[in-house]
Amino acid sequence: MDFWISQLFNGVSYGALLFLLAGGLSLIFGMMRIVNMTHGSYYLLGGYVALTVIWRGGNFVLAVLVGALAIAAVGIGEWNAFLKRLSGQELGQVLTTMGFALIFQDLALLIWGGDPYTIPVPAVLSGAYTVGQLYFPVYRIFIVAVAALVAVVLWLVLERTRIGAMMRATVDDPEMARGVGINVYLISMAVFALGATLAALAGAVAGGFVGVYPGADFEILPYAFVVVIVGGMGSLKGALIGSLMVGLLDNFGKALFPELSYFTLFAPMAAVLAVRPTGLFGRA
Amino acid sequence: MRRRALAPGTPRIAIAIVFGLLAVSPPFVSSFLQALLTQAVISAILAMSLDVVLGYIGLASLGHAAYLGLGAYSVGILATRHGAGFWVTLTVGVLLATAVAAVFGLVALRATGVYFLMITLALGMVVWGLAHRWVSLTQGDNGISGVPRPDLGLPWSFAHAIPFYYLVFTAFLVAFGVLRGIVRSPFGATLVGIRESESRMRTLGYHVWLHKYIGFIIAGGVGGFAGVLWAYDNGFVSPADLELSTSVEILLMVALGGRGTLLGPALGAGLIVFLKNLVSVYTQRWLLILGAVYIGTIVYAPEGIVGALRQWTKGERAWAGR
Repeated sequence: MDFWISQLFNGVSYGALLFLLAGGLSLIFGMMRIVNMTHGSYYLLGGYVALTVIWRGGNFVLAVLVGALAIAAVGIGEWNAFLKRLSGQELGQVLTTMGFALIFQDLALLIWGGDPYTIPVPAVLSGAYTVGQLYFPVYRIFIVAVAALVAVVLWLVLERTRIGAMMRATVDDPEMARGVGINVYLISMAVFALGATLAALAGAVAGGFVGVYPGADFEILPYAFVVVIVGGMGSLKGALIGSLMVGLLDNFGKALFPELSYFTLFAPMAAVLAVRPTGLFGRA
Repeated sequence: MRRRALAPGTPRIAIAIVFGLLAVSPPFVSSFLQALLTQAVISAILAMSLDVVLGYIGLASLGHAAYLGLGAYSVGILATRHGAGFWVTLTVGVLLATAVAAVFGLVALRATGVYFLMITLALGMVVWGLAHRWVSLTQGDNGISGVPRPDLGLPWSFAHAIPFYYLVFTAFLVAFGVLRGIVRSPFGATLVGIRESESRMRTLGYHVWLHKYIGFIIAGGVGGFAGVLWAYDNGFVSPADLELSTSVEILLMVALGGRGTLLGPALGAGLIVFLKNLVSVYTQRWLLILGAVYIGTIVYAPEGIVGALRQWTKGERAWAGR
């Protein structure tokens, strides 16, 4: 029983981390239809920038915020210079963003070197609660809380505010949106920047949990894609449920069938897509 | 724009010269260049196989490295542990890749566009995951080393670079001949028709799905064929060969050369292999340069080198309009 509870907890907390990452990808990929291979790089760079802020004497909260905002700027630059011209061209998007991913990977190696680092977390967030034989690290609970907060805020912004309505309108029908006086250019840029910010936030938070290391970008990227495609592109609910599914499948797969663990993760994904090509909550 | 900057026969002459050089030059160049040429020719087979899906069916796949891996692991496992010969590993590798493509095709071809991209990504990760984690079969991240060069029972030994190059070059000619025959057949013409307008072809009574499915399977089988040669060439197979970045790199080869032209992707493959290896001799920052090539391809040659050349020689914009 203890095994199941602790694995369940691990799966949910990993799912929460994935939600931060995939929520951003769902905005960029699901709403704007940009296949963004750079998303993993935003995650990695977010972690590295946060790490640098802490090295320079900043505190944890400042580090996470600076990391997130710096990467938003990177995302805005990339979108403005290249991606906004490539709408509807999947191959062009894949290759351009892959090019950026390689460049960022190499720059990160150049700047931060090849050693793995862990972002030091404040004392409040370290340690663990123990219940009987069970052990619940505070930091993992913190990640779940952050993910829940982000989910609620995103949902409120997208569904309940004027700017959210403008975002949805821009994504659904840019021409009509422009016709009713929405600044499509600014809104698209804002959606892309928000997606990049969330990825960087995930990277900074993950830095205190799985660490920051070269290769983390391409390691996490397939997970983010799988979450978004299974959940359904552009659906926040889908991203949330997809994240939890992937987090749990990954954890139980690794614990129960170590030799087949990635198979137990990706095969059910493929099966879901075989039945519902647009994902669980996707709009065609 | 200058029209007819080149004589109409020029491309054919250029192609003949390149093929001639590939056939004649290897014994006269350094062993480093021989190794690069061998790798380039194998990658060319791989890129041509993906071109069937990307260039002729018009679907971008993010999982093509899976077939490379299936072919390569067939060799790795059978040749090192069971002492299987070339023809056995070749048959198993190609059949396995073909069979897996037949299963994957059922799933992937339900979708188009971005969804196809994503489903093939997930399927590619399934194969990668098995290579990575099924340690008792694949030795996981350590990979399988010590794959011997093949012995075909011929008087010359393929352990030497030159005979092995000619084996690979022959394989390339066979693959090119087969694929060229396929894309120039009525079947290939139908694929192009589907790429241009699926609904029109359906209205004309073609079984659209079946054509795409067969094309997808052929691409997988030839990809497995390239994987078999790949394993013999490197003497080593590891999950890194099946990574997402490998799949994207094959896409780049096809896009750089010019999709839908077979020889264009082969050229693109050769360029990328040479670029990666030559640049890394001079600088450790070759990933920066490779990244720039990705971006530059899309910005400056969205229809690839062959597309750009065609536009230049014929002064035609119509061809590039698709």
